[in-house]
Amino acid sequence: MTEAIGVEGLVKIYPKGVTALDGVSFDVREGTIFGLLGPNGAGKSTTVKILTTLSRPDAGLARVAGADVVRHAHRVRRSIGAVAQKSGVDREATGRENLMLQGHLYGIDGGTLRARVGELLNRFGLAEAADRVARTYSGGMQRRLDIAMGLVHRPSVLFLDEPTTGLDPAVRADMWQMIAGLAADEGLAILLTTHYLEEADRLAARLAILERGRVAAEGTPEGLKAELRGDAVHVELTETPHDGRVQAALRPVPGVREVVVDGRALRARADDGARAVPAVLQSLEAGGLAVDSVTVARPSLDDVYLRYTGRRFGDAAEASPNGKDPALATAR
Amino acid sequence: MPTSLAHTWYMTLRQLRNLMRQPWYIALTLFQPIIYLLLFGALFAKVVEIPGFGSASYISFLAPGVVVMTALFSAGWTGMGMVNDLDRGVMDRFLITPVRRGALMMGTLVQLAVVIVIQAAIILGLALLRGASFPGGLAGVAVVVLAAILLAAPFGALSNGVALLVRKEETVIAAVNFVLLPLIFLSGVFMAQSLMPHWMQSVARVNPVNWAVTAGRAAVGASVDWGVVWSRLGLLAGFALVCALLATQAFRVYQRSI
Repeated sequence: MTEAIGVEGLVKIYPKGVTALDGVSFDVREGTIFGLLGPNGAGKSTTVKILTTLSRPDAGLARVAGADVVRHAHRVRRSIGAVAQKSGVDREATGRENLMLQGHLYGIDGGTLRARVGELLNRFGLAEAADRVARTYSGGMQRRLDIAMGLVHRPSVLFLDEPTTGLDPAVRADMWQMIAGLAADEGLAILLTTHYLEEADRLAARLAILERGRVAAEGTPEGLKAELRGDAVHVELTETPHDGRVQAALRPVPGVREVVVDGRALRARADDGARAVPAVLQSLEAGGLAVDSVTVARPSLDDVYLRYTGRRFGDAAEASPNGKDPALATAR
Repeated sequence: MPTSLAHTWYMTLRQLRNLMRQPWYIALTLFQPIIYLLLFGALFAKVVEIPGFGSASYISFLAPGVVVMTALFSAGWTGMGMVNDLDRGVMDRFLITPVRRGALMMGTLVQLAVVIVIQAAIILGLALLRGASFPGGLAGVAVVVLAAILLAAPFGALSNGVALLVRKEETVIAAVNFVLLPLIFLSGVFMAQSLMPHWMQSVARVNPVNWAVTAGRAAVGASVDWGVVWSRLGLLAGFALVCALLATQAFRVYQRSI
């Protein structure tokens, strides 16, 4: 299989010296969905802007559909479709008008374009609303129109920047099905950015975890989870422990590692979770730490994220993009 | 059809369609000029009696000036549409297609020209009802409209440029008020140039607004000095070209900043 997107050492520094990308590299193969996972401010949108020729990198190389995004931007533009985070639908125009204009800009005209637009309107369930101005569309309809607009000229690479953000869960599930279908039916390579772990897990064949402008981990969702070797043990304590007490208590327990305490929550990794629980509980009690509840789980992407970035995904997503993170007591 | 012409055509269609869906926009832009034409025109009707004013009817004198002024303000507001397109991600979506940057600029300017034709027809019609006369006839009126369009094009392009650079409606509004209002008072829109203070006359000579007013007013007069008309129209066309090329570069600056 050949490469649809190749990124090497991409760097982007915004005015005022804010480093958005700090040497990002990854590859996306033809006909596959690649997930770029990370909290707000990790550099996902910046990566998409550079790969879609909207913005320029300060260093590094990027090829999309075989063409360099800086030197041959024009060639790249002909091969890509994109759906930006903040939509790009002209709300004062109808769905059909939006699609027709998009086609005209790629030099498609006449009957060919009308047929393609009709086909997309049907496929995305917009045929009935085709001649209403997009302002009257629901959030889900606007997103679908957005994606249809990115497909008018039959691109080989599609960029979806947080396609389900702000949609309600039922609509999100529909959208997932549709995106999976696009890669399977049309052989499109799709670069999908998301801050929903579940979305990346469900859709992406491979994914990269982006953290403060760097790729913290890359692989298949299964591979990343398997690398963690072992189960996640989550313990809820009755009260917030003093710094270091938990680590001291658990140090003698064999097979337990990567202990992270966040408030009353304690997370650790164990080769065999079920077997480790009695020893963990005993050691905690012995250390004067009362336990509220305990769960053992197979590793999730959340655990992968924790492992590579040292913080929980939910915390990172809430942290402000300028890097003020909640204080974490971490011990490896 | 060459690509850039085709792109300009489709971008213009988009703009005109949006305009047709909100025709009240034109009415809104006409409110102020009509106040000027009717109230200002009545208030200063006797100004023509000042020796050396050189015109017998103030409303006939004022009407071409109001057309030019209206066109200028409409041009100033062009950037508001650009800010809106930038806010909504519509512009970013265009910029990643093979569309020519010049076509994105031209689409808004051709729409502006259409708006100006409609505005001019209403203003001049109203002036005729109030007793104005344009001995220069239809050819003269056409020159007024052409001069207004040639003046609006560069300022519309600059307004788009400002919008791309700052992406804030407030800044576009400020630029319109700080730049355009003084330019109007430093021209012959309301007053015969010969009666202006000396320093103002010097400024007016290099003021594009004054070029447009001079050309338009000369063309609707009784005996037309075509040398004056064509020289001013030529200056305006050159100014328009320079500004449009300059403003189109703002797309590059915008893309570098995101």
